[in-house]
Amino acid sequence: MDIGLLGQYLANGVMLGTMYALVAVGFTLFFGVLDVIKFSHGDVLMLGSFTGFTVYIGVLAMGIENPWLMIAVILLVSIAATAAVGALIARYLVLPLKSAPPLNILLITLMLGTAIREAVRLFYPDGSNPKNFPALLPTASVDLGGFALRADSVILVGAGIAVIIGLNLLINRTRLGLAIRAVAQDEETAKIMGINYTMIVLVTFAIGSGAAAFAGIMNGLYYNEVNFGMGLLLGLIGFSAAIIGGLGNIYGAILGGFLFAGLQTVGAVALPFASAYKDVFAFGVVIALMAWKPTGLIAERSSDRV
Amino acid sequence: MKDKTTPKTGWLGLPPLAVGLGAVAAIAVFGWQFLLAESEIAVLGLVALAAVGGWALGKTGIQDSLNEAMRSHGRSMNGAILLGLLAVIFLLGEEHFPLLMLTTMLLYMTVALGLNVQFGLTGMVNFAGAAFFGMGAYTAAVLTEHTAVPPLLILIGGGVIAAAIGFLLIVPVVRTAGHYSAVVTIAFGVLFKTFLEVNDVLGGPQGLMVGSMSLFGWDFNSSPMLLGMEMSFYANYALLGGGLAVLAFVLTQRLERSWLGLTLDSVRLDETASACFGLNVVRAKVLAFTFGNVLAGVAGALYGMMISFIAPNSFTFADSLLMVSIVLLGGLGSLWGTALAAAIVVLLPEKLQILQEYRFLLFSGLVILMLLFRPQGLLPRKVRSYFPSWRAQQ
Repeated sequence: MDIGLLGQYLANGVMLGTMYALVAVGFTLFFGVLDVIKFSHGDVLMLGSFTGFTVYIGVLAMGIENPWLMIAVILLVSIAATAAVGALIARYLVLPLKSAPPLNILLITLMLGTAIREAVRLFYPDGSNPKNFPALLPTASVDLGGFALRADSVILVGAGIAVIIGLNLLINRTRLGLAIRAVAQDEETAKIMGINYTMIVLVTFAIGSGAAAFAGIMNGLYYNEVNFGMGLLLGLIGFSAAIIGGLGNIYGAILGGFLFAGLQTVGAVALPFASAYKDVFAFGVVIALMAWKPTGLIAERSSDRV
Repeated sequence: MKDKTTPKTGWLGLPPLAVGLGAVAAIAVFGWQFLLAESEIAVLGLVALAAVGGWALGKTGIQDSLNEAMRSHGRSMNGAILLGLLAVIFLLGEEHFPLLMLTTMLLYMTVALGLNVQFGLTGMVNFAGAAFFGMGAYTAAVLTEHTAVPPLLILIGGGVIAAAIGFLLIVPVVRTAGHYSAVVTIAFGVLFKTFLEVNDVLGGPQGLMVGSMSLFGWDFNSSPMLLGMEMSFYANYALLGGGLAVLAFVLTQRLERSWLGLTLDSVRLDETASACFGLNVVRAKVLAFTFGNVLAGVAGALYGMMISFIAPNSFTFADSLLMVSIVLLGGLGSLWGTALAAAIVVLLPEKLQILQEYRFLLFSGLVILMLLFRPQGLLPRKVRSYFPSWRAQQ
């Protein structure tokens, strides 16, 4: 295999890994504060990229031509809207079921994901067909020994990694992050210490959903296409990534995201007879990993109370 | 139950058995009319009638009589229900489409019963129900087209293959719990459909043809004659599907009432405590998982033979979710609830064509409301009653 092709695969893998890590971080944040899985995360992401697409049409109609300004507006509106949706889901679907069996929340959000997906398919104008997301980033490329490193890929990966680092700093270095970690560790004690529990939960869900919207826009800019079904697979991959990394651990989510992207890339490279099997291969490895490490590579700290 | 001392004479002073038989007859007539109804108005009217009827059942005390009838005249009631099903199939005799719907409903019910044992009794939620259903169908396709295996064995073969592939998942499913276990089955469901789509041997996205069922030399694609009337060939499948559903129901009911069922319940409620009391948790989980997969595989094989053409798109994650919705809507662990919910989930969108497009949206919304406001399901499972007078009157 020549270096150029390898570089192409590597660049693609890093791009996918960043995207998956962004989604997985959301899963891990939700699990951290509430011990719940919000499976509608992928579809919320899809909602984010559709919001972005709608905003793009709106901005275009307003006559704004500068691509950077466009991206800024798209990101701002889409992240804000999606964060609000995430907080609403937490308020009206997740918190009311907090005392019910934990699987019920997984089920209700699975159903919500289906509802969001179907609603976009049925009610968005021509929603059942893929939409052409605009290529707003500069597409100049540098030739690096046989493969072309495109500027838009570099910008997307850089921005994605910046968001992940920013989230990490937010969780570990700020007062808000301290409150989130406190709620994650012990709800009762956090309340006694004067932390507004409901507020922190809602903010956490908003942050996670905002990150998902960012990943959704990233996905749209990279593939230049959004469709109503994109959230299911991305959500599932993000969920798997968070799980194989170890739920509730932000580093686990990042590790899991890049691991999954690596698996897909290896699947595409190492199975030359059938690169179509790369997803089958990646999910197969996930299942095998679960058999080997049932609570993820970086296991949860707590043990079951009997 | 609200009233512990259920009177021996039930509603309007009628004996419970009479009320029970009347109810079965009413439901059979309703099902027959519902499956035949053509116009949307008629269907909507019947749905409204069913809703009012269901509400009235609880209000007028008929339900208590029904419970009493089921408890003390179990055998007669079961016989009556079986007769009712047969009557509906014969009354629909010439109609292709209603019989196809009825059989689909019965097969989905079979799958949902298996999922109920996994989820409702043992607490292992399986999000790959449609995948195991599909395995049965693809087994049937390959065996009917390439071998001369007798079709009845193919049905069993569908179950065996589903169980065998299920065994591959046993280690991750049994070792993990809760969310971790959910990701295993979800990943498997998606993996299965992706695999079918890219595998050329199994027809890729276009799918495969499936040969028809035949039993003792009788080809199921030929129309049976009864009393000088030529019936739809789907009547064959409806009868066999009905037999399969009844068999699955009886098996599941026996399993639930047995010590095995008690073990499964206790594993669901508290794994650690069960293990402390010497129950073999792993064995219970393997048993429940395999039981459910076998039911799904067998039902899938018959489904494939009936519709005679299968494609990966019939076995998506959304279909798996629909099957889980059946279990949840009916009520976890409630077998009659599963039967009722299967009828609602399968038949309603088929009859109301306006709903067909919206069915995933509709049922996901319905399940969300259900989980929020009535998490025990439409017909909640009752507490086990092992009191001495149980079935004493037979």
